[in-house]
Parts: sequence; C-alpha cells; structure tokens
Amino acid sequence: MNHSSSEMSMAQVNLVGYRTIIRREINRILRIWAQTLLPPAITISLYFIIFGSLIGKRIGDMGGFDYMQFIVPGLIMMSVIQNSYGNIVSSFFGAKFGRHIEELLISPLPNWVILAGYVTGSMFRGLLVGAVVTLVALFFTHLQVHNWAITISVVLLTSMVFSLAGLINAIYAQKFDDITIVPTFILTPLTYLGGVFYSVSLLPPFWETVSSINPILYMVNAFRYGMLGVSDVPVLPAFAIIVVFVLLLGGICLYLLQKGVGLRS
Amino acid sequence: MLALDIRDLKKTYKNKVQALRGVSLQVESGDFFALLGPNGAGKSTLIGILSSLVNASSGQVRICGHDLYRDRARAMASIGLVPQEINFNQFEKPLDIVVQQAGYYGIPRPLALQRAERYLKQLSLWDKHDKISRSLSGGMKRRLMIARAMVNEPQLLILDEPTAGVDIEIRRSMWGFLRQINEQGTTVILTTHYLEEAEEMCRNIAIIDHGQIIENTDVKTLLTKLDVETFVLDLRAPLQQLPEAEGMSFKQRDEVTLEASIPKGKSINSLFAVLQEAGVQVNSMRNKSNRLEELFMRLVDKGELQTETSGSHTSAAAAPASAGAGA
Repeated sequence: MNHSSSEMSMAQVNLVGYRTIIRREINRILRIWAQTLLPPAITISLYFIIFGSLIGKRIGDMGGFDYMQFIVPGLIMMSVIQNSYGNIVSSFFGAKFGRHIEELLISPLPNWVILAGYVTGSMFRGLLVGAVVTLVALFFTHLQVHNWAITISVVLLTSMVFSLAGLINAIYAQKFDDITIVPTFILTPLTYLGGVFYSVSLLPPFWETVSSINPILYMVNAFRYGMLGVSDVPVLPAFAIIVVFVLLLGGICLYLLQKGVGLRS
Repeated sequence: MLALDIRDLKKTYKNKVQALRGVSLQVESGDFFALLGPNGAGKSTLIGILSSLVNASSGQVRICGHDLYRDRARAMASIGLVPQEINFNQFEKPLDIVVQQAGYYGIPRPLALQRAERYLKQLSLWDKHDKISRSLSGGMKRRLMIARAMVNEPQLLILDEPTAGVDIEIRRSMWGFLRQINEQGTTVILTTHYLEEAEEMCRNIAIIDHGQIIENTDVKTLLTKLDVETFVLDLRAPLQQLPEAEGMSFKQRDEVTLEASIPKGKSINSLFAVLQEAGVQVNSMRNKSNRLEELFMRLVDKGELQTETSGSHTSAAAAPASAGAGA
C-alpha cells in the first residue's frame, strides 16, 4: 500500500493543506451566497439611498467631500469588518458544533496552517463583500483613490484583525448565542461610533476623546485617507495600531489553538 | 516494527476523573487488533489521545515509530481515524469530504480525487458521491467515514465502534473491506461492542477496564481460558424442571430452550445422560457462539477480576493491570 503522505515534505503537506482549507471556505461562501453576499449588497444599497441620496443632500459637505462620498469608505470598511468577523465565527464554530473541526485537528497540519487557512478564507469573504459594496457605491457616486498602497494595505490588515478576533470568539463559544453577542453588543456599536457616518471632529471634545480609544476609528479613517486623502487621525499611528492588533490577536489565536482551548480536552 | 507503542499512559480530566491509569500497549505492524471494554472503561480517551484530540497527562505514545509529541505531524500522517460519532459536515458532498481530508494530509488534488473515487467505490458509495451527506443512511455515513480515513492510506487505521447500528449485510461488507486492507498491510485497531466481531476479525485483543489494560493476548489464547463450554439445546417439549448435576449448570432461556454449561474436556455424553435421566428430550443443539462475550463479562466483572487476572497476563501491559486489580 502506498503511504505517500508520510513521504512528502512537511512544507508540501502544509501548502496543500492551506490551499484545501481556503478552497473549502471559498466554496462555502459561494455556495451560500444568498446568506453571505446578497444581504450586505442590499443593506448597503439602503444606506446609500437613505443616508446618501435622501438625508445626505441636506447634510452638505463633510471633510471637504459631499456626504455620499464621505461615507463610502466607512461603509466599505464596515462591510469588510462585519463579514470578516462573521465568516470565521460562523464557519469555525459551525465546524466545532458539527465536530468536523476534528478532521483538521487529527491531521498532520500544524496550528498555524489551520489559523492561516481560516483567516485567509474569512478575509476572502470580507474583501469580496467590500468589492460588492464598492460596486454598489459606483451606482450612487463617483469614487476616487488617493493612495492605492494605503487603501489596499489598510483593508487587508483590518480584514485580518477581525478574522482573528472572530476566531477567538469562535474558539470560546459554546453555543450559538455566544457567536452573536460580540457582533451585536460590541462590534456594531464600535463600528457605528467609529466614524463611519461622521467626522469625529464634529463631536464635543469629551466624546471626541472617548472615540479615540475605539480602534475601529483608526481603521476607518486610515482607509478613508487612502481613498479620499482626509482623516480624523494621523495615518501612521493608525497603521501602527492595526499592525499591533494583528500581531496581538494572531498570537492569542495561536496560543489558544496550541493549548486546544475549546477544542481538545 | 510496532505500529503502536504506548507506555504508562495516564489521563486525569479537569474534573479529577482518572480515565487512564497507566496504560501500556504494543500493537505489531500488520496486526488486526481489538480493544474491548465496557462503557466508561477508557477506550474513547485512549483513542482521543492517539488522535491528538485529548491531551495525555503523562506517558509516551509512538505511532509507526514517530513520537506523538515530538514528531506529531509524522505520527498523525500515519493514522486514519474512524470515530464513533458522525463528524463530517453533513451539508457537504461525500466526494468533497473525502477529497478535503486528503488535502489536509498534503495529498495533491488530482491524486486525492483518484483515491476518493477508489475508496468510495470500494465502500459502495460512489453512486452517492454527489449527494448531500445528510441524506445518506446511517450505514452509508459510517462507510463514508471509513473512506475518509483511508484516503491518506494510513499505516494504522483506528476504528471506534465502526459497525454500531448498521445492519448485518453492511457490517459483513465492512468486515470484508477491513480484512482486505489489513491483508494489504494496514494495521487495524478496532473497538467494538460486538464481541463476535472481535472474535471473527481480530488476531490480538486487549481488554481495558477502569482505565487499565486487564488482558492483552491473542484471541485463541484468550478463548482457551474459557474453562466451560456452553451449548444451546432446543427441546422437544416445554421444560418442567431444571436438571441438576454436579459440575454442570443449566439455564432456561425460554420454555423450550435450555443452556447447558459443562467443564471443558468433559464428554458430551455425560450431559446427555443427565438430560435422559431428567426426562428432557432434545431436538437439536449448538455451541453458544458468543464465547468471547462470556469471557469478557467475566474479566470485567469485579468479583472475578482478581481470580481471572492472577498469572494470566502475557505482556508488559499486564504489570500495571495486575497491580491495579490488587489495589
């Protein structure tokens, strides 16, 4: 009998394993497109219609741009954040709940490959939805990109941050309620208060200071700077904060997987 | 070469339950091995540790020569696992499930597709390869897990109750498949509650109870330890009164069926003489088939454990078992 897998180099095993996880995640996202891609497109269209076309006209300029243009980067980022988080938390917890996570846990793949595969899959959904939202936005307003490198790196890193955060949530979750609590009570308020719909310079000084402890504010503004060239916060510190979150959450994820928290007894 | 080498394996869960109390077990490469034990004996914990789903408290495990903790990737690449409970994504198709599992073992997709087709065909699942797995019957789901476990062509295949709840026809076809892969060189370890399955399929056997191996030998040797032989007698007329005779025991199964146990080596004629004297007319008789079950029950029965284990162990695994039994 041919026992070829034990004869392969571990690097090759890891690479094929990584690709397999991504392929499975992408298939899942596309298979349930009515749950993964369609709702954000509809929701964001409503945002554009209500806040952009109807109310936005009465608001006037913000940060030197008309209101519709101002909220586009925020809405793209909001979709990326919610979908990166939502994908991994439902996919990983679903695998835990259905016990098919064991397929991966008993395989020769090291934890960092499992982590990388899930995070990449989740980023795919976040970025795909971000692309859908961008396309929808084109129907409502003119888009511009001030700095491609910042725009792309910020959206990639932000998507990674929330994929990692979602994985931590999924690792600790024991029931379906546990995967809805964080998005509902933490993620959504932080996103809405993170400068998606307004410039924090409009807030009274106290609330402006309070807003500065919200990490999403830095992500949204760094992305807005990449697209429009305007930001409520300096871009370099914002970039540094995002990178710190990636490293911190990535380290926590690896530690939890290594310890087998919620996965191995 | 040893396919599995376990030394002094211990596991205490957070709730202080000691699931394994120093298990040592060696399984030769190419063996067809049964691991038996009552519920809660430690079988699932042991399999959990081998599949790295459970962390051991202490002890050593080598799988096909690879240390499970120092060389985990190679150890795990040598194993295929068929768990007791369904653990695949039931919204996926059988072909995808098997091909994905191959991917997790680093098998390139074209080869994975070939192997998936081969094993799904061998396990009579190919006509369902494109259906949603949730729609498969219980027996099909179990066979799908075997196909999935085989796709990396493991040197050691571990099956945890593989035939639980499947009908006899499917069970026999699964036996045939397992025999075939064993003949081709795969070491097979199975846990089962169907003791006739272990008797028919396995060459060697270990019995685990209260987290310790209490017996570890070959099936033939184990069966010779049965010092009585039991026959099932179909009677011509309903039994009025149980016969009595020194050294023999009788048990009435129903009105016209009697079980008679006689010491091994004693002539069957003596049994018939007793029956004749008691006026019992026999239509037909047969050996009680499940000899292993009888022995198993005796071994795990605490009252008889010490008697049964003293001086009966045949391997290194016996040492902690005897010590534990006496404690």
